[in-house]
Amino acid sequence: MIQLNFPAVLAEWPLLLRGAAMTVVLTAVSATIGTALGTACAWVRVWGPAWLKAIVAAYVELIRNTPFIVQLFFIFFGLPSAGVRLSPELASVIAMVVNLGAYAAEIVRAGIEATPRGQIEAAQSLALTPLQVFTRVVLPPAFKRVWPSLTGQVIIVMFGSAVCGQIATAELSYSANLIQSRNFRAFEAFIVATALYFVLAVVVRHVLQRLGARWLFGSR
Amino acid sequence: MVEFTLWDVLRNLLLAGRWTVALSAIAFLGGGLVGLALLTARAARLPGAARGVGVYVQLFQGTPLLMQLFLAYFGLALFGVEVSPWTAAALAMTLYASAYLCEIWRGCVEAIPRGQWEASASLALTFREQLRHVIGPQALRIAIAPTVGFAVQLIKSTSLASVIGFIELTKAGTMITNATFRPFTVYACVALMYFALCFPVSLWSRRLERSLRRA
Repeated sequence: MIQLNFPAVLAEWPLLLRGAAMTVVLTAVSATIGTALGTACAWVRVWGPAWLKAIVAAYVELIRNTPFIVQLFFIFFGLPSAGVRLSPELASVIAMVVNLGAYAAEIVRAGIEATPRGQIEAAQSLALTPLQVFTRVVLPPAFKRVWPSLTGQVIIVMFGSAVCGQIATAELSYSANLIQSRNFRAFEAFIVATALYFVLAVVVRHVLQRLGARWLFGSR
Repeated sequence: MVEFTLWDVLRNLLLAGRWTVALSAIAFLGGGLVGLALLTARAARLPGAARGVGVYVQLFQGTPLLMQLFLAYFGLALFGVEVSPWTAAALAMTLYASAYLCEIWRGCVEAIPRGQWEASASLALTFREQLRHVIGPQALRIAIAPTVGFAVQLIKSTSLASVIGFIELTKAGTMITNATFRPFTVYACVALMYFALCFPVSLWSRRLERSLRRA
């Protein structure tokens, strides 16, 4: 008969809480920087000089066609032999930023390309500088258009961050592993961690939707 | 002291790459079959099917694949089943793929105008005939591009099976690194191999998408 012992796992709640907090911090930091990187790449792919376009295109394809865990291992294990030594946390954030940047670039680009020509021409005729046209006229509605996809991608990156425990970043899956190594309740520990991920995803989605509605699209 | 040439590294990675391909193929085919069954249950309006399938899809899309792999690995053991990483990975990846494919295909079926269902029903076609002759062929046409796109995601996802000890490309990379102490080269080679697997499929999916939009 199968006997499940959840209290043994839940007794370790401080560990779970710390892990969940780390997951949220990793996600928040890399979502912010990654979206900025993605937006810059999207600008390059639409208006940038040809040589930069080629570099960004190569970056986007390389990241989108390799697994996150390999990118993470390359950054954490591979870069030290090239003289770059990183802490697990920093390596995790860099990997997540680089990963999200590539996907966000494609998402934001789709939003930018849907901008009607006339809007850009109207802005130019008002003597706005190219930078002003981009940040004031093109970007806000572009973000509004792709906000749901961007939110989804951030959550995918958060799920990907479960792998960061493999290089000893103390996030949620790492906590679950630690708990099961203490009390041998592996199944229960991972059930609890999985449930926490599920809840986190719901909360993150909700928060991002609210943030988007508040700051991006006016608080209506 | 054994010296490892670049060719040794590549050869061993290529050998392990077969398992990445095998796991991807099993997950894709198995997931396709399960996904199709779930989709049919929904389309046939079986009582509770829409809700049940919805929850199923939500659970698999709303949690990390790594956790699903751990749960399959430790969960099966709980039932007294002797699990190899191979069985656990194949099971978890199949279920994962089924949830995604079911959701992708549901969108394609729903993109078929209601009138097609009604018209075929008014011709006294049975449910099976409706699917086979009217809805299926049309849904299939729009389903190909996103399905191929998902294949890329699936190939990449199999790398997570390395964490529960299934020896495929990524795990082989780790093992070779431990033997050669050349993580930079080895992981670069691993990444390039995934790229060589995924990029052609990505291009294919993009071309399908373009031709569909033109049509």
